[in-house]
Amino acid sequence: MTTRMFGQKIARKEDPRLVTGNGSYVDDLSSPHTLAAAFVRSPHAHAKILDIDVSGALDIDGVYAVWTHEDLPGAAGERLPMLLPHPSLLAPKTGYALAKDDVNHVGEPIAMVIAANRYIAEDAASAVHVDYEYLPAVVGVATSREAEHAVHADVADNIAAHSIDEVGAVDEAMAGAPHVLEIDLDIERSACMPMEGKGVLARWDRHEESMIVYSSTQTSTGLRAALAAKLEMPLTKMEVITPDVGGGFGVKINHPWPEEVCVAAAARALDREIAWTEDRREHFVSSAHERQQLQQVRIGFDDEGKIHALDVKFWHDNGAYLPYGVIPPLNTATHVLGPYVIRNYRCEWWSLYTNTVIVTPYRGAGRPQGVYMMERAMDAVADALGRDRTEVRETNFVREFPHPIGLVLQDGREGIYDSGDFPASMTKLKELIGWDDFAAYRAQAAAEGRRVGIGVACYVEGTGAGPYEGGHIEVETSGRVNVWTGLTTQGQAHATVFAQIVADELGVPIDRVNVVTGDTRKTPYSVGTWGSRGAVMSGNAVHLTAKKLKQKALTIAGRSLEVDPADLEIVDGIVQVKGDPSASIPLEVISVMSNPLRYAFDDAAKAATQFGMPSDESKPPMLPGDSPGLEERDFFSPQRTTFASGMHAAIVETDPETADITVLRYCVVHDCGKMINPLVVEGQVLGGVAQGIAGALYEKMAYDETGQLLNASFMDFLMPFATEIPHVETDHLETPSPLNPLGIKGAGEAGTIPGASVIASAIEDAEGFPITRMPISPSELWELREKHAAGHWPSLQHPARVPETDDARAEEKVTR
Amino acid sequence: MKPAAFAYNRAASVDHCLELLTQHGAEAKLLAGGQSLIPVLNMRLAAPAHLIDISRLSELSSIEITDSCVRVGAAVTHAELETDDSAHAALPILRQALVNVAHPAIRNRGTTVGSIAHADPNGEMPAILALTGGTAHAVSSSGSRQIDAAELFIGPLETCLETDELITHVDFNRFPPGTRTGFTELARRSGDYALAGVAMALTAEESTITGLRLSFVSVTDLPEVLDMSERVTGMELKATTDLCAAVTEAVEATIDPAGDIHATADYRRHITKVMARRLAVELSCRPPQPPSVGQPGR
Amino acid sequence: MSSLAHAEGTEPEPHRTVRLMVNGTAHEISVADRRLLSDALRHDIGLTGTHVGCEHGVCGACTIQVDGKPMRSCLMLAVAAEGSDLRTVEGIGNDPEHPSDVQQAFIDCHGLQCGFCTPGFITTIDAFIDENPDPTPEEAREAISGNLCRCTGYQNIVASVLRAAELRRAGPAPEAAAASGTGDRAPGTGDRTSGADGGRQR
Repeated sequence: MTTRMFGQKIARKEDPRLVTGNGSYVDDLSSPHTLAAAFVRSPHAHAKILDIDVSGALDIDGVYAVWTHEDLPGAAGERLPMLLPHPSLLAPKTGYALAKDDVNHVGEPIAMVIAANRYIAEDAASAVHVDYEYLPAVVGVATSREAEHAVHADVADNIAAHSIDEVGAVDEAMAGAPHVLEIDLDIERSACMPMEGKGVLARWDRHEESMIVYSSTQTSTGLRAALAAKLEMPLTKMEVITPDVGGGFGVKINHPWPEEVCVAAAARALDREIAWTEDRREHFVSSAHERQQLQQVRIGFDDEGKIHALDVKFWHDNGAYLPYGVIPPLNTATHVLGPYVIRNYRCEWWSLYTNTVIVTPYRGAGRPQGVYMMERAMDAVADALGRDRTEVRETNFVREFPHPIGLVLQDGREGIYDSGDFPASMTKLKELIGWDDFAAYRAQAAAEGRRVGIGVACYVEGTGAGPYEGGHIEVETSGRVNVWTGLTTQGQAHATVFAQIVADELGVPIDRVNVVTGDTRKTPYSVGTWGSRGAVMSGNAVHLTAKKLKQKALTIAGRSLEVDPADLEIVDGIVQVKGDPSASIPLEVISVMSNPLRYAFDDAAKAATQFGMPSDESKPPMLPGDSPGLEERDFFSPQRTTFASGMHAAIVETDPETADITVLRYCVVHDCGKMINPLVVEGQVLGGVAQGIAGALYEKMAYDETGQLLNASFMDFLMPFATEIPHVETDHLETPSPLNPLGIKGAGEAGTIPGASVIASAIEDAEGFPITRMPISPSELWELREKHAAGHWPSLQHPARVPETDDARAEEKVTR
Repeated sequence: MKPAAFAYNRAASVDHCLELLTQHGAEAKLLAGGQSLIPVLNMRLAAPAHLIDISRLSELSSIEITDSCVRVGAAVTHAELETDDSAHAALPILRQALVNVAHPAIRNRGTTVGSIAHADPNGEMPAILALTGGTAHAVSSSGSRQIDAAELFIGPLETCLETDELITHVDFNRFPPGTRTGFTELARRSGDYALAGVAMALTAEESTITGLRLSFVSVTDLPEVLDMSERVTGMELKATTDLCAAVTEAVEATIDPAGDIHATADYRRHITKVMARRLAVELSCRPPQPPSVGQPGR
Repeated sequence: MSSLAHAEGTEPEPHRTVRLMVNGTAHEISVADRRLLSDALRHDIGLTGTHVGCEHGVCGACTIQVDGKPMRSCLMLAVAAEGSDLRTVEGIGNDPEHPSDVQQAFIDCHGLQCGFCTPGFITTIDAFIDENPDPTPEEAREAISGNLCRCTGYQNIVASVLRAAELRRAGPAPEAAAASGTGDRAPGTGDRTSGADGGRQR
């Protein structure tokens, strides 16, 4: 029997190509004949467009076209689609591919230039003159909520969506709770910031009136349908191919982006291949951000720390438009409860317009904010009671599965925790970080004049949401196994993990299995890559497809060998009678036999031609119900979302004087059910944690009150380098999901979700006062210390006991 | 993010460069390593009509150690200076500061003189030139002059250089015997511009302090020198409490940081004092830097 | 207010023919004076392994070796690179069947996910382990601190540095030595150089 691939740390099949410079990203696909697009973007956050003068741009040598809104044909000039309708949407607004009458954020595209190359296109873009009438900019949740000014004139209160959900009887339970705490929280904007920005290349075939679009999208099928609609083309004439993609993390799931519509429309109009590659500055001001919310938490609990009621409100910043609907706030609302039994829960939220870049999912997609509310509250409960923070959490853990939470998730179905073992996770985490030994470490550090703190955060994550994904597998007559699945890949090792699954089921060496993702020519039915669903959805889809294909292979072999297919197995790519390898047929031969031929194009094919093999004249060459080719297609559609979970702990050191913050240790216990490839899961977790730490300590989008983004570069948007990210220690738990044949759960976003929560928890522990606003910089921590020292910021009720140190006394002397 | 059009001119010699400067004057920018200039061009924050590339001029690519100074040519990269052991032996503050300049790949191309001519108050090397009381040698087709660091920098990103002038080299002056130097800065990420930085040279004879100079990164408009020699001369090295009190007070009076998205002005002021104090303690406990090749002058 | 423009009118910007020595092969290309080296490598010579992530010198994805030293190709002009020995990721190893030691280390250690930043890391590390053949984990981390990666969290890249150093200390495998490491491989996409601005490859 070949070694089972599932569960093995297999080196990635995509790597040899990518490490040797043989990757093909969208900007690699252009030729010297490809024209380049550049966009004129609004320098103002909120303005009416009075006039656009493109004459200066048209005079420039090498410019082919300059388009404004009125040049967009038909549906391309209408508003971009509202992708995700939801009952909470009161006033949904989407933008135009090119601004029509007004602009609502800095960076909004106003005009497109097509030129011989990007240099000239940028020359021309800067020669387009736009006259504006300035309008007041609405920046930040608090300003939007006050609604002194409106982002959209017909939405006076700036409220795009509003929702209230209640489970149990919150008011009654709160009234009956022995203790009630109220907490105000604040979390800021960050962004996915993949190393490769967005990009699109459109190739029009005027003879066939068809188009191939290459895009760094997270959904080739979604983009295909959207572009066909916008260009008013038959779907069958539009294909979207996703080449290698340099990271996504959510931002590339929104579609169609204005630039995709414009470039595709221009390629057709000019009958030229046109490419647009987003540059970094554009990415900051014209892609998407996420995370900003203001939050209020009321929590009722008893002396044991058992939560009786939880009542939360939050205000979510959705930026200028919300083409991706309310997915982030919806995820926030449905992920607050975490791994805890909370019978009485109410969540009210508002999604608000601001004159800033649109907000669409960023790794975690609203979940980090929900976890932040719950975990900050859990720490507050523990502090109020003077109890250990892990004990209070354990007191509330869900211990029985399935555990319905009474809330409807983003897939339109009720959230039900399908499996997990939260007490075991916590035990592992405490061991990993040495939770119980920390008091001694703290005392030792204090003796050296150092200040340290430990933090913890727990979360659950609904992953692997439907509706479906598909698989399509064929075995060529060479024995090569081709696997297609429609979702797209941005670094998740799909070519490896799906090959592992297929190799196991077909009993072929993994080297023979070639996986292709995100190509609508072969897989027109697919949803996309988002919400930690790739492995769950396509993993199970290719598994089911491989099973079906195996059955077909065994049936054909059975006929030939005249044995019951049930008595056959596949070993190393050869179908044989169980226990009797002498009666066998290689898969490639079955592939030949599966396709009765008239013409022989090679030696293998000869065997399948009319005189190539003995035939039974009582039957047609192909039996009723059979289809030619050793090829199958199948789909996986889960009944509902499966819940992964995890717990993180961190030890931080804060400089007693400079307030510099260092993460000394970071530990993760993660449960994503059965792991297809632990190497890949580990990689996902490590990368996620880095983004979590980045969002806790380094990254934020700094807007001024006029709506200018002040840090739209890698110089000032502080994406961490290797020196800012600690070594991360991990442990895994595998509680299989009962919701899919492979027992797997999603792992893509998990590492990021509790980042802000666990770091806040640790800093709070080090400092002895509440941390309520994240991310936090050394400067902000120092300001908090000053406020605290002046009596304007409260202390924790039960701060960690730290002996006063010689060093602290020495400092006093020095600064005297 | 592509630069606007310009004409590239590769200078064949310093004289050729000066000719080009005379010809194109204010329309031209000098290109040495380009690590500050090209980002600005790519973002179209500047659009000179001409670039004059001096990076290949062998006349400008030497590091010379004299009794009194380390002389650094305009084409010398940060990395070349950083890894030059003779320069390090003569003036350790150079390497102490240079390792904080951006990242190695940037130091491999960026030049120290270019960084000084860029006059960014957030840059390390202008502060070091100031700390050493160094000079810049400027030439133009009409002559040459030596400019003291104190006169060179006239504002953020602004020097007193004329548009037709080229700095051929700078002299970082060496410190007297008994000097210990140190550089410290706090940046959000490794390689970032510092929130605040302090360079310090503490001189002592035996155990008695005879000199103390400080300069700063990111907290003064100009690379200003705080010369505390008069204030601390005669203090015992061991009397760190007195030294620290003096340093803290003087730093407070000297710096004038501004707030930005990364840190408030108050925070920058606070950490500058802390870093200066910590550096003073560290240097007063450290033995003097060993005498190096050639006795320093002065 | 728009539409088809006639490509004429303004005076043409300065162009010149430059001869760039890339991965041991000379390429003669015609470029505008302002053309960034990164664009010339990618679009004029066809070596698309060098990636562009920020065009302001911070991310390091475009890092190549210039006379053996890692530098940002987005902060260099193509015209200024004449006379330098340029080495891109393809010059370090362009054959997926025979990756270089550093490239193999990335495969061994799961040192990449999307792979976009990877070429810049590989050129950086390739030069670093020549300088420091036996780095500590701290030195390995420091060595890559000028390159951004958004996928991995760096941990496996640090491991890749250590693994690469180990492989280099052990010396080239006979087969690998024959197949790569000489930097002489012609790029597979070289024919793109005969393009719009008349470049050609020699």
